[in-house]
Amino acid sequence: MTASSSAEAATAALSPAPRRSRETLIAAIAFLLFAALPPVASAMNDTFLVFFAIRVMVFAIAAVSLSLILGFGALVSFGHAAYLGLGAYSVAILAEHGYWDVTISLPVTLLVCGLFAAVTGAISLKTRGVYFIMITLAFGQMAYYTATSLSAYGGDDGLTMWGRTEIFGSSVLGDRTTFYYVVLGVLLLSYVVARMIVASRFGRVLQGAKQSEMRLRAIGIDPYWYRLVAYVIAGMMAGLAGALLANAAEFVSPAYMSWHRSGELIVMVVLGGLGSLAGSIVGAATFLVLEEVLAHFTEHWRLIFGPLLVLVVLFGKGGLTAMLGGGRKNG
Amino acid sequence: MSATLLAVQTLNGLQLGILLFLIAAGLTLVFGVMDFINLAHGVQYMLGAYLAVAGYGITGTFWGALLLGLLGALIVGLVLELLVFRHLYDRDHLDQVLATFGIILFLNEAVRAIWGSTPLTLPMPDILSGSFELMDGLRYPVYRIALIAAGLLVAAVLYVLVTHTRAGMLVRAGATNAPMVAALGVDIRRLFMLVFGFGTMLAGFAGILAAPILVVEPGMGDNLLILAFVVIVIGGIGSIRGAFIAALIVGLVDTLGRGFATDIARLVMSPSAANGVGPAIASMLIYVLMAAVLFFRPTGLFPARGG
Repeated sequence: MTASSSAEAATAALSPAPRRSRETLIAAIAFLLFAALPPVASAMNDTFLVFFAIRVMVFAIAAVSLSLILGFGALVSFGHAAYLGLGAYSVAILAEHGYWDVTISLPVTLLVCGLFAAVTGAISLKTRGVYFIMITLAFGQMAYYTATSLSAYGGDDGLTMWGRTEIFGSSVLGDRTTFYYVVLGVLLLSYVVARMIVASRFGRVLQGAKQSEMRLRAIGIDPYWYRLVAYVIAGMMAGLAGALLANAAEFVSPAYMSWHRSGELIVMVVLGGLGSLAGSIVGAATFLVLEEVLAHFTEHWRLIFGPLLVLVVLFGKGGLTAMLGGGRKNG
Repeated sequence: MSATLLAVQTLNGLQLGILLFLIAAGLTLVFGVMDFINLAHGVQYMLGAYLAVAGYGITGTFWGALLLGLLGALIVGLVLELLVFRHLYDRDHLDQVLATFGIILFLNEAVRAIWGSTPLTLPMPDILSGSFELMDGLRYPVYRIALIAAGLLVAAVLYVLVTHTRAGMLVRAGATNAPMVAALGVDIRRLFMLVFGFGTMLAGFAGILAAPILVVEPGMGDNLLILAFVVIVIGGIGSIRGAFIAALIVGLVDTLGRGFATDIARLVMSPSAANGVGPAIASMLIYVLMAAVLFFRPTGLFPARGG
């Protein structure tokens, strides 16, 4: 394993202060664009745009959560889509049994995802490198197969939700624009929380463990617990994204947690640049727009996207944020 | 839960185990020698099956299909190694994961574009198409027995190659400590290409063997790839012996679990509840097994890496 990962290349390019202000700038632009979108879309009478932007924001939440452990903790989790699915299924299964209110579905979603992350994380984090990748992938697949075998909840075919989560008994989320801004609010909240975590002492330990685990141990810190807590937080955040995804589509299916989805989440984070939370939002948007545009040309869009990904890995370094800022890596 | 059913399920489990071993064998050596994670190994299994179907179209016999399929899988594997993988060995695992993920997307889609999404089949050879009486009132297809035998034969050949030849010795040494082997003047890159080509062919072979009894469809290798990961994690990275034993365990546990979990669940709960819970438990079994092995032996049952 070489130390010259793209993460270090990206972070080494700029000193902390300008890097932080660029991060804020990108985030500010992204959130302003998202906030301005519904009026513009309604002026253009384009409902697809709103649906599409909701999808982008939901995946941006998941990407930010993955960015927290992948970009700042160097934990290559290949089972992150499982949390998207767990969150979605929590909401949908509760709805199936008549529990629609957010006061029930929100705590249950967070609890389910947090528990799954705590148990699988406690085992996976004992290992490093290739083992960690394979084990997170395997646990993700376990969640997927479990969902396909839940015949009471649709199994392979998925489960339709006949409505959306209610907020204190009122179904305000049924209104598209309201739902849009709720999703935007959750994205903003996730982003701010993730940024606070990264800037805190906790976040510094996480990043320190990425650089040198031995030095951390030498000053008396065991990174295992820090990684586990970060892993649980990331899982819960992705579960939130899953709950929103279920509400957006009013449908859940095991496909939400297929391992291709986990791979796509990693692609989003890397596209945006490791070590940049705002970059993950940009990465999620870029990936989904690219998918949409390429799929417009041909149904076999992956024929173009696959090689593109290989080229980005072989020749592109530092992701989109590094390219946008002009701050190319220098070594 | 009769004895015949148990016998059939055990044979089916062995069969899955053999297929898993053929895929995991190449994968575990590639991990072991080069510390390279290749997600695209599963597509080699799929390509083997598709190329064999194409080969059948040309030659009209199973044996011709087998030959062309193996050759095609080897060529595709070596081309990929030359074009992409070669440039990834010095990169970190994240880059390896992303690039090989890109290759999976490409090849799965390419197969879909060329052959379509509808499942294809490969006819089995005439001599192996019958069935025979295994025990009283139980007929079992000859082909499935032949598959198990072929897999065991390959395992035996691999064992001899790895333990009794010079190349095998170098591979074992490479899995234990690659930099040391390179320092002693062995061209580790060439050694790796040999291992890689061989591993690719084994995965392709598994795909060809599976083609007559399972459906040939895009993405068919993805699920087996992840099962092969579970096998490698349980067996220990870089160990052929570990891969063999773990593959049989995973194959048997998964198949028997799916066969009997619902019946066992019925012993402790109502039939309707058991019908719901049984399949869910069955699909979790091997992952729970993996977690348990990891908990007690973090580097697997037969770790090859010396440190």
